[in-house]
Amino acid sequence: MTMMHTLTPTAEPATNVDDVARLVGPDGGRIAHPDLDPWVADIDADALRSLYRDMAIVRRIDTEGVALQRQGQLGLWAPCQGQEATQVGTARAFRSDDFVFPSYREIGVNFVRGAVASDFVLAWRGEAHSTFNPYDINTATPQIIIGAQALHAVGYAMGITFDGADQVAGAYFGDGATSQGDVNEAMVFASSFRAPVVFVCTNNQWAISEPVSVQAKFPIAGRAPGFGIPSLRVDGNDVLACLAAMRWAVDHARTGGGPAFIEAVTYRMGPHTTSDDPTRYRDKDEVERWRQRDPLARIEALLRAEDAFSDDFAREVADESDRWGADVRSACLSARTRPAIEVFDDVYAEPHAGLEIQRGQFAAYLDGFAAEDAAQGGAR
Amino acid sequence: MTQLTMAKSINEGLRRAMADDPKVLVLGEDIGKLGGVFRVTDGLLDQFGAARVIDTPLAESGIMGAAVGLAFRGYRPVVEIQFDGFVYPAFDQIVCQVAKLHYRTRGNVQMPITIRIPWAGGVGAAEHHSESPEAYFVHTAGLRVVAVSNPQDANVMLRQAIASNDPVVYFEPKRLYHTKGEVDLDLDLADAPPMGLARVAREGSDVTLLTYGAQVATAMDAATAAEDDGISIEVIDLRSISPVDYRTVAASVRKTGRVVVTHEAAREAGVGAELIASVTEQCFNHLEAAPVRVTGHDIPYPPAKLEKHHLPDLDRILDAVDRVLDRPHSLSGPEWSSPESGRAATVNGGML
Repeated sequence: MTMMHTLTPTAEPATNVDDVARLVGPDGGRIAHPDLDPWVADIDADALRSLYRDMAIVRRIDTEGVALQRQGQLGLWAPCQGQEATQVGTARAFRSDDFVFPSYREIGVNFVRGAVASDFVLAWRGEAHSTFNPYDINTATPQIIIGAQALHAVGYAMGITFDGADQVAGAYFGDGATSQGDVNEAMVFASSFRAPVVFVCTNNQWAISEPVSVQAKFPIAGRAPGFGIPSLRVDGNDVLACLAAMRWAVDHARTGGGPAFIEAVTYRMGPHTTSDDPTRYRDKDEVERWRQRDPLARIEALLRAEDAFSDDFAREVADESDRWGADVRSACLSARTRPAIEVFDDVYAEPHAGLEIQRGQFAAYLDGFAAEDAAQGGAR
Repeated sequence: MTQLTMAKSINEGLRRAMADDPKVLVLGEDIGKLGGVFRVTDGLLDQFGAARVIDTPLAESGIMGAAVGLAFRGYRPVVEIQFDGFVYPAFDQIVCQVAKLHYRTRGNVQMPITIRIPWAGGVGAAEHHSESPEAYFVHTAGLRVVAVSNPQDANVMLRQAIASNDPVVYFEPKRLYHTKGEVDLDLDLADAPPMGLARVAREGSDVTLLTYGAQVATAMDAATAAEDDGISIEVIDLRSISPVDYRTVAASVRKTGRVVVTHEAAREAGVGAELIASVTEQCFNHLEAAPVRVTGHDIPYPPAKLEKHHLPDLDRILDAVDRVLDRPHSLSGPEWSSPESGRAATVNGGML
């Protein structure tokens, strides 16, 4: 199946959020789109409900994360409310053997990739820098350095090419990251080596307090063609459009077309992280406008219009979401901090004489508390 | 055994590593048809093809970040940074990604990346082409840092670095590229001294002179010169500066009781500072004198016509040897003046 090379606008400002490819309108009405429609021809009511279910669970995990942080159980949380369609829709387009490099906010991507309850909280709780083994779910540890992972995805994709495999690598980053050198270098490398990589730019309008207008005067998707990379600007709150666009992009990469770029235009409804106060830099009206474009309400409306959203289904999803919320909470509260000596583990893959000496000295120091710990019935 | 320049010896080491392991690939700027600006990768493109000898765009962070992705995929990338001063754009990827991914993923992801850096001065180069950035990398947990001083080590330690499952920053002194030496290209890595082991380059009994890289040759010259004055200097080529082989260092310090460290990198918070702090902690009771550093000055690397004043030479080393032996020395005054001496104002405006 072919696809237009680009739907990239050429003159619109980057802040125009309506100049996007869309399959479901904010009111839930299905919109025909000749290029995107064929990519989701198989999505029936069941499949649409499944997308809705994933988004609902992701929202519930996110809500639980914020609550746990407010209750002092997590040091920090980076909410993704409002971005569920972008994350679930795009992530669903990958095969399980593709390899995805997410940023720290990709809760929905990690959920789709197979992360378990503890994976969502233990890093923010400070128990480990990452919890899942990347090779178990073919997903890299969420990246905190802005845009660094775009290059990792390209390197991985180059390796796919060298191996003669038909996998695809994916890189997720935000609008702010497109200002970083690494993202631009990643596009140069990807294009030059025709690497099978898909870049997903989640344009959520804000990089902490910096609006996208500080990062871009031109639609971000419009940059990719300059690197020789076809791109598509899509409504990031429309899960069907995200899935369709991403299926095109992934297919393009998998079938030898080289890299592709998706800009999903969405909105971060909450703060950048729980340490942030968005009321200082954006007004209520803007948030309210975006609330009218809610990705879950939109699919619910579409399904209701088709008489495919029953109370039973709503209850099932609510119950399943609550189970996820409870599991996340339980994983957080039952976390056991590892023994102190383990801070030295895995710094190196092979023994390092200098660190071995420090480990020995610290172990001896800890041993000095052994009697005290035993008396208190615990261990350090 | 065969006589080879260091550049050719490294080239042969790369060739052997690539032939032995199909997962080894090299990437960098101008390394393909040109064979690298120092010709270190000469002939590799013809032998191994463009999928294993990769001419990259001119973007150091891009090279390093792509290497991270390749390592994720199971490759063992050998990255060439064209010149020492060009490593800084890749610094973020090296210290935040290459160094930390194994730790971050609790050992699930390995980063067996070798970062080759043509290194340091003495070749009359332009600005940014003579830097000694080793301390930045030594300070970063997760990296191993080695510096070679002769063609044999250059060959074997490179193969060891590539075989290591840890990332290794591998410094190759530019001013030794054309120095020849005996190299056993078929040396089995299992029979070679481990990469982390220091080498006693010259035995001596009066002073331990610690150094690495191109400075080893200067240290050896100083030891030869000192012999005329009846001073016996033990020269230790550290080879690895993270980790440092303190067993070898301490054995020498216990024997001589006197320590001089020399490197051409700047002094403040440099490798010499670390060496002396560790030696002082571990061997204080064996020391007969305060250890002394002979280093590059704490200045930006000077223009080529002035670099000889920056690089520690034989005389500055001998001056330091005189100092630790409490012999009269004329080249340098006291390092720190006391407030009463009237020279305090020269130190930190007297506010020290």
